[in-house]
Amino acid sequence: MRKLVPSLGRRLVIAVPYFWLLVFFLVPFFIVLKISLSQPMIAIPPYLPVFSWQDGIGGFIQKLGALSLDNYLWLAGDPLYVNAYLSSLWIAAVSTLLTLLVGYPIAYGMARAPLSIRPILLMMVILPFWTSFLIRVYAWIGILKPEGLLNQFLMLLGVIDQPLVIINTTTAVYIGIVYSYLPFMVLPLYATLEKMDYSLIEAAEDLGCTAFSAFWKITFPLSRPGIVAGCMLVFIPAVGEFVIPDLLGGSQTLMIGKTLWNEFFANRDWPVSSAVAIVLLLLLVLPIVYFQRAQARAQEKAG
Amino acid sequence: MAGTWGRFNVAALVLGFAFLYLPIVLLVIYSFNESRLVTVWAGFSTRWYVSLLSNRGLMEAAWVTARIAFISATVATVLGTMAAVALTRYTRFRGRLLFSGMVFAPLVMPEVITGLSLLLLFVAIGLDRGFMTVTLAHITFSMCFVAVVVQSRLVSFDRSLEEAAMDLGATPMRAFFQVTLPIILPAVISGWMLAFTLSLDDLVIASFTSGPGATTLPMKIYSQVRLGVTPEINAVCTILIGVVTIGVIAASITNKRRELRRRREELLAFGS
Repeated sequence: MRKLVPSLGRRLVIAVPYFWLLVFFLVPFFIVLKISLSQPMIAIPPYLPVFSWQDGIGGFIQKLGALSLDNYLWLAGDPLYVNAYLSSLWIAAVSTLLTLLVGYPIAYGMARAPLSIRPILLMMVILPFWTSFLIRVYAWIGILKPEGLLNQFLMLLGVIDQPLVIINTTTAVYIGIVYSYLPFMVLPLYATLEKMDYSLIEAAEDLGCTAFSAFWKITFPLSRPGIVAGCMLVFIPAVGEFVIPDLLGGSQTLMIGKTLWNEFFANRDWPVSSAVAIVLLLLLVLPIVYFQRAQARAQEKAG
Repeated sequence: MAGTWGRFNVAALVLGFAFLYLPIVLLVIYSFNESRLVTVWAGFSTRWYVSLLSNRGLMEAAWVTARIAFISATVATVLGTMAAVALTRYTRFRGRLLFSGMVFAPLVMPEVITGLSLLLLFVAIGLDRGFMTVTLAHITFSMCFVAVVVQSRLVSFDRSLEEAAMDLGATPMRAFFQVTLPIILPAVISGWMLAFTLSLDDLVIASFTSGPGATTLPMKIYSQVRLGVTPEINAVCTILIGVVTIGVIAASITNKRRELRRRREELLAFGS
């Protein structure tokens, strides 16, 4: 009988979190969409409402015709926004690649470490992830400043005699993203590399493969699920990143998260910032869906 | 496997961990600097910690942040655990795809989008911005992280234990609280801690959804960082790092002890 009639408990377990996410996650996107189609106004809240509950069906249809794409045309017509989107995608892509290059050897080293110290290594990768993002980005300001610790150190060694200008450049943003998102890359990579059967490599080496070509032909392809998951976990949030370009990139770096923030907090233009958010979401929808599919597939495999 | 690969692995780990930890270590060291100039060492001093105590704005923000983090982590743990159970146990119900989408999407959603959309929701339903709205926002994104952590534990959970309890007459509810929950408790606890620290750290979503009288510590730190690096901020950051590190390490040690004890008891029970 238990199986046939869904119990009250079962219905509650599904309904409560479902309802919560509908109200606080899904519905807000439709509100953003709605406001992105409205006109700005100097008022509180600073936009002209498009629909209201009092309109009824007739009013709804009438107002449907009055929706304006002005905010989107404005975005498309202003090279500032177009460039911000393009440079965000570019910066996120380059940083994802750099994070993979830095993270892969770490994950590989962890997966090949003696079994007894692996939990400690895992803990050491996770620990910085628990520490505030803001604090970790802030720590780099003191290092990268012209009179900062890195320049002091390099000048002491005599490598350079002029301080390097790193802070407030795109380089600083790359460093910031690689540093902040490294655990997100290392953890999924480690998970796949750890499960790998290393006798395959020994077999390849016995058959005359060099260590490098064995890696390239066996380890690398087998670790693809980890690479995909890690890259998605870095790339998607990095495109909309605000704290890192704001604190490390200075006014030089153009990224869309920062543009949205300024549009909202400095210009107080809610309709345009909503339009910026919708376009950003459209750009990310493909990678997000891809990520979810991969997540669901991994879940089915495990279950 | 000693040889070159062994050396390569060790080097990768040493360099990798140096990269991860050096910036944090430097930040902590310079919080004990006598000089106002953060990057010039002028002797050991705890004066910045003393001056923190008299900074009322910062102390108030810390108190607000701690309360928000505690409430939101607790609610998020309940909701997230429910979501995890729903996802692993009930493989077929209407709208499951949408549900799993809504659980996974917030993990990668850029914070500016989440923050803006929640703010617009709160304005649309006429909720005054402040303590309450930040808490609701934090519950929403951290419950998804809890769900993922708990789910990964539930997947490897032996369901026959639960079924045995129900065969012996326990209601599903009772079976969950007396059999399942004690076993997955370590994951639930780490989920709570993750939710707590996520809330403690969040700047972007809090900035969007907060209102007058509900300035959180990250918002306070951010506004001071924009004015320049000061040893006082280093001191606040050091305290936060210390609290989180001790919490995480303590939790992982207790989890490990519980796990060992549970395994021993299982071995005894099965008599093998």
